[in-house]
Amino acid sequence: MASLAPTFGRGAMTNTWQDIKNANLVVVMGGNAAEAHPCGFKWVIEAKIENGAKLVVVDPRFTRTASVADYYAPIRPGTDIAFLSGVIRYLLENEKIQREYVRAYTNASLIVKEGYGFEDGLFSGYDHEKGQYEKSTWDYELDEQGFAKVDDTWEHPRSVMALLRKHVARYTPEMVSRICGTPQDKFLHICELIAETSAPDKAMTSLFALGWTQHSVGSQNIRTMAMVQLLLGNIGVAGGGMNALRGHSNIQGLTDVGLLSNQMPGYMTLPKDSEVTFDDYMKTRQFKPLRPNQTSYWQNYKKFFVSFQKSMFGDAATAENNWAYDWLPKLDVPLYDIIKAFEMMNHGQMNGYICQGFNPQQAFPDRGKIRRGLSKLKFLVTMDPLDTETSRFWENFGPQNPADSAAIQTEVFQLPTTCFAEENGSLVNSARWLQWHWKAADAPGQAMSDIWIMSGIFHRMRELYRTEGGVFPDPILNLTWNYTDPTDPDPEELAKDMNGRARADLTDPSGAVVKKGGQLLDGFAQLSDDGTTESGCWIFSGCWTDKGNQMARRDATDPRDQGIAPQWAWAWPANRRILYNRASADVAGNPWNPAKPIIQWDGAKWIGIDVPDYGPTVKPSESVGPFIMNVEGVGRLFARDQMVEGPFPEHYEPLESPAINVLHPKVQSNPAVRVFADDRADFGTPSEFPYVATTYRLTEHFHYWTKHARINAILQPQEFVEIGEALAQEKGIAQGSWVRVRSKRGFIVCKAYVTKRIKPLTVDGKPTHVIGVPLHWGFTGQARKGYGANTLTPSVGDANTQTPEFKAFLVNVESVNGPEA
Amino acid sequence: MSNLQSQDYIRISATTVTPPAARSWEDQVAKLIDVTRCIGCKACQAACMEWNNLRDEVGFFEGTYDNPLDLDPHTWTLMRFTEYENPKGDLEWLIRKDGCMHCEDPGCLNACPAPGAIVQYANGIVDFISENCIGCGYCVKGCPFNIPRISQADHKSYKCTLCSDRVAASLEPACVKACPTGAIMFGSKKDMTDWAGERVIDLKSRGFENAGLYDPPGVDGTHVMYVLHHADKPSIYAGLPDQPKISSTVEFWKGLLKPLALGSIAFGVVAGFVHWITAGPNEVQPEDEAEANHLLASKGRPTADPSRSIAEETP
Repeated sequence: MASLAPTFGRGAMTNTWQDIKNANLVVVMGGNAAEAHPCGFKWVIEAKIENGAKLVVVDPRFTRTASVADYYAPIRPGTDIAFLSGVIRYLLENEKIQREYVRAYTNASLIVKEGYGFEDGLFSGYDHEKGQYEKSTWDYELDEQGFAKVDDTWEHPRSVMALLRKHVARYTPEMVSRICGTPQDKFLHICELIAETSAPDKAMTSLFALGWTQHSVGSQNIRTMAMVQLLLGNIGVAGGGMNALRGHSNIQGLTDVGLLSNQMPGYMTLPKDSEVTFDDYMKTRQFKPLRPNQTSYWQNYKKFFVSFQKSMFGDAATAENNWAYDWLPKLDVPLYDIIKAFEMMNHGQMNGYICQGFNPQQAFPDRGKIRRGLSKLKFLVTMDPLDTETSRFWENFGPQNPADSAAIQTEVFQLPTTCFAEENGSLVNSARWLQWHWKAADAPGQAMSDIWIMSGIFHRMRELYRTEGGVFPDPILNLTWNYTDPTDPDPEELAKDMNGRARADLTDPSGAVVKKGGQLLDGFAQLSDDGTTESGCWIFSGCWTDKGNQMARRDATDPRDQGIAPQWAWAWPANRRILYNRASADVAGNPWNPAKPIIQWDGAKWIGIDVPDYGPTVKPSESVGPFIMNVEGVGRLFARDQMVEGPFPEHYEPLESPAINVLHPKVQSNPAVRVFADDRADFGTPSEFPYVATTYRLTEHFHYWTKHARINAILQPQEFVEIGEALAQEKGIAQGSWVRVRSKRGFIVCKAYVTKRIKPLTVDGKPTHVIGVPLHWGFTGQARKGYGANTLTPSVGDANTQTPEFKAFLVNVESVNGPEA
Repeated sequence: MSNLQSQDYIRISATTVTPPAARSWEDQVAKLIDVTRCIGCKACQAACMEWNNLRDEVGFFEGTYDNPLDLDPHTWTLMRFTEYENPKGDLEWLIRKDGCMHCEDPGCLNACPAPGAIVQYANGIVDFISENCIGCGYCVKGCPFNIPRISQADHKSYKCTLCSDRVAASLEPACVKACPTGAIMFGSKKDMTDWAGERVIDLKSRGFENAGLYDPPGVDGTHVMYVLHHADKPSIYAGLPDQPKISSTVEFWKGLLKPLALGSIAFGVVAGFVHWITAGPNEVQPEDEAEANHLLASKGRPTADPSRSIAEETP
C-alpha cells in the first residue's frame, strides 16, 4: 500500500465493504469488483438500489462490472494516470473541488521548497547514472520553528495547489483521449459525474484492486485517484474513500504483520545497512510535526519498536543492548522482492527457497525464468494445502510445462498444510477487520498446520546453532518461545502475543496500577519505550484483551443502519471502522453530510457511530488535522519524498508499450523503475509484438486454487484469450478456434473468445488492439491443462513495491491448428 | 424429487381428474430473477450442483462464457451470456439465468403421457416425479422454453425443481440463497410482482424506458419471472421467447388426441395380454444373447453411463 500511506498516513482501505452502500457514485477503475469480489459487490448493488447511486466503470474491457454499470468508458491499459490527471485538471478548471475541505484537510496551502521542479518528464534531482532520484527538493519550505510555510490563498507560485495546477495543465481532454484512447465525450461525461460529488453532502467511492497495482506505475495510479478524492472531500466520509479490494482473504494481514522484505509488523520499517546504530535508526524516525499542534502519531514509533523487540526477545532485549537492535536484519538494497529473488536464483545467488502458501511458477512473471530459477536451487520447500505448479515445476507435463527432469537437481520437499477451515485463527479482511474463525474439519492425510511446520524448522535450526555454533546465533538462540506446546503453539497464544502484555505493573500519572505485570493490554496507547510492555504488532493491540477475544465478536447491531457494526469482530486501529473519520465533519465539528454523520463534536467530546480516528476530546479550535499519522496532519496532494518517482503522479508508458510517450518522448517509462539487464533484453517491441495484452481473473475461479475443484472446473474449464472482433477478422481468427499468443518471453496456445467487449482504441491517431488473457489454468487440478498467462508477462515491477506489471505488455497473435487430440 | 406429498398436487400428468385441493391454502410462490442486477457470477449454478448433487463433465471452452454449453440432465440452471449492441450503438452484456419457468399452465405436464410423472403443487411449482417418467420426451416437445432434458443414463427427464424439497421445508431455493447480489429473490408471487414493480420504476429512471416484468400470459404466467431492462424484446436475452405459448400440437394432444391415444395404448395392453394368453411369452433365444454381448463388447465397456466417459478418454 505504497500509495495510500504516503497520501493519508496508513496503507489500507479507508472505508468498509458495507459502507459502499452510502455512496452516491461508485467508480470502479483499476479493478473489476463484480468479477473478482462478487460477494462484496452486493454493497454496490445496494448503493444503486437503496441510495440511487450511479456506477461508472473505466476498463479496457467491458467487464461483468460494466454489465451492471450506468456508464462505461474504455481505456488503454497503463494510462490511468493520464485519465485521472485529466480529471484533476477538470475539477480545478471548473471549480469543482470542496474548497473548505481542501484548504483545511490537505496540504494544498503548504509551500514547497525552492529548487523543486518538473521538466520534460523528470522531477528535480534525477540521477541518470543510478536511475534514481535525490529527493531533497521534494519538500516544504520551513519557517524558523521548523514548520511548513502556508499560503491559504493558494496564490503563492510554490503552494502545492499552484504547483498541482501547473502539473496537470497538460492533461487536457484532447491529451487524455490521445493517450488513453478514451473518446473525449465519454471522458468528459465521467468528469461531470465525478465533479458532482464535490458537494459536501455527496460522496464517491473508488473501488480498485490489481488493475491499478500491477503496473510499473501502480502506486502512482492509486495516488492519482487518492488526490482526486482529497480534492472532492471524499476521504473520511460515509460512502467515500479509497477502497483497495484485497484479492486474498488475508492479504491485508500480510502487510499488517510485515511480511514484505523491507517491513516489520505494524508498518514499521526494517533498518538499512547504513543505519548502523539504534540512534541512526531512530534519527530518521522522529516524525516531528511539520505544522503546529499536529498529532503525528508515529512520534510514538519508539514505543512500538521497543515493545516489538520485547515481544521477540523478552528479557534478552534491554536498554543496554539497544533493545537488541543489532539482531535485526539490515537491508543492503531497498527490497528483496520476489522478482529480485528469482533474479538471484537465476544467478546462483539464492540456493534454497521456502515457498509458503505461494505458487510463483503460476503467479510470477516470465514463467520460463521462474522455472529456470527453481531448477538452479539446491532445495525447494513448498507448503500448501494444494498441489501447486511450483512443487511440480520439475516434472514434464508436455508443452504446458516442458521441464527436462533429468537435468534438474533441485531437491523438492512438498509439505501439505492445513487450509483455513482446518484450523483456528484470524484473517484480516480488506476493511482491516480481524475476524476469528474456527476449525470446521480435520485436515486430510499428513497435512499439518503452517505453525507446526515453522516451529519444527525453528527448533531444529536452534538446536544446530546450539550444538554447532554459527556466524550469528544470537537472534535465533534468544528468540522468546513461551508456548504450552513449543512444537505447536496455539493460534490463540500467538494472537495474544500480537495484542501484547504488560511486563511489569503499569501505572497511570496518579500512580494507580492500571495493568498488572502479565496482563493483556487494552490497546496500543498503553505501549511504552522503557521495556515494560511487549506487543508483536502494535496496530493489532486491542484485538485480544482481558475482556477476551475481540475478533470473535459477532454482534451485527448497526445503530444507524449505516454499515458500521462496532461489535462485529475488531478492526485495527483501535476498532475504528472508517479511517480519518474526523474529516467527515467540517472544521467546526459538524458533519459535512448531516444525513450520514460518522462522528461530530458535541461541545465536550467527539460522539458518533465510530471510534474517533482522533483525540476523543481534542477541540475543533485546536486545529489538529484529521490525518493523524501524517507529520503535517493533513492529506498529501504533494507526497514529499514518499514515492520513488515523484511527489506528483506523471504518466509514463508501460515498459512494453505500443505508443510513444507524447508528453515527453525522451522519458518514455517510469524513470525510477528497476529492471534487471536480462529482463530488459526480454522486452518486446511494437513492431514485432503490436498488440497490448492485459491479464485478469474470472469470477468462476479463485487464482490457481479452484481449478482443483470440480464445480469451478465445470464452470470455466479451459484456458482462453479474449480478442475483439476487428482484430479477429484481421487475423482470420474464428470464434472458439485455436490461437497462439506470443510475447518476447514465450507463447501460449489456447482457444480464442472473439468478443464485442473489447474494441480497438484510437491512441495518438492509431488503432490499438487489446488482448485479454485470463490467468487461471495450469498443469495441476481438475480443469483442462493450460500454459498460464505468466508465460507471457514481463519481469518488471512497480517502482515502489515491485508488484509485477501484469496489466500492460505486448504480444502478437496468430491462428493455429489445435493440438493433436 | 420432493418432500411435498400427493395432497399438494393440483395437476397431475395424464390424468383427467383434477385432485381435490386438500392443501389449497398454500401461497403461490415465485422466483424473481432481476437480470439488471445479475453479474453472471454463476454462484447459482454452483449452488444448484451442490444441492442437487449434480456434476457434469469438465467441458471445453467453446467461444462463450456459457459453461456447460447447454442445459442437460446434470445442469438444471445455466447462465446465458449475450453481447448486445443497442440501437444507440452502446454495448450491453445481457446475462440471463436460464432454467425451468414453472409455468402456471405447464406445457410439459399437458404433453406428458405418463400418469403422475409431472405434477404441479398448490404453490405453483411444476415437478417431475422420476419414478413415473417413461423418458418419452413429450415434455421436451411440450415446453415452450426448451428446458427439460432426457438423461441417456436412466432415460428419464430432468429439469429445475425450484428446489421443491427446500421449499417444502420453508427454505428458499439453493440458487436464491447463493446469489451474492440479490438478483434472485424468492417469495409469494404477489410480493415478487410488487418488488418487480419497484425495480422497473428505478430502471426507467435510469433510462431503460422499456424495463418490465416477464410473466408471460401465453402460459397463464410463470412462477419464475424476470425483471428485464428491455421487456419489449425478451428474445435478445439468449432467445427468451417473446410470446411463449403451448404448441398447438400439445393443445390438440391434450384436448382430443390424448384420450384417443390413451385408448390405443390401453388397446395395445389388452391385445398384448390376449397374445400372451393365446401364443405364450416371447422367450430370449441363445442367438439373441450372443448378439447382445457382441454389441456390448464393441462399445468397449459395460453398459455404464456413456456421459461419464469423455474426461476419461481425453485426459
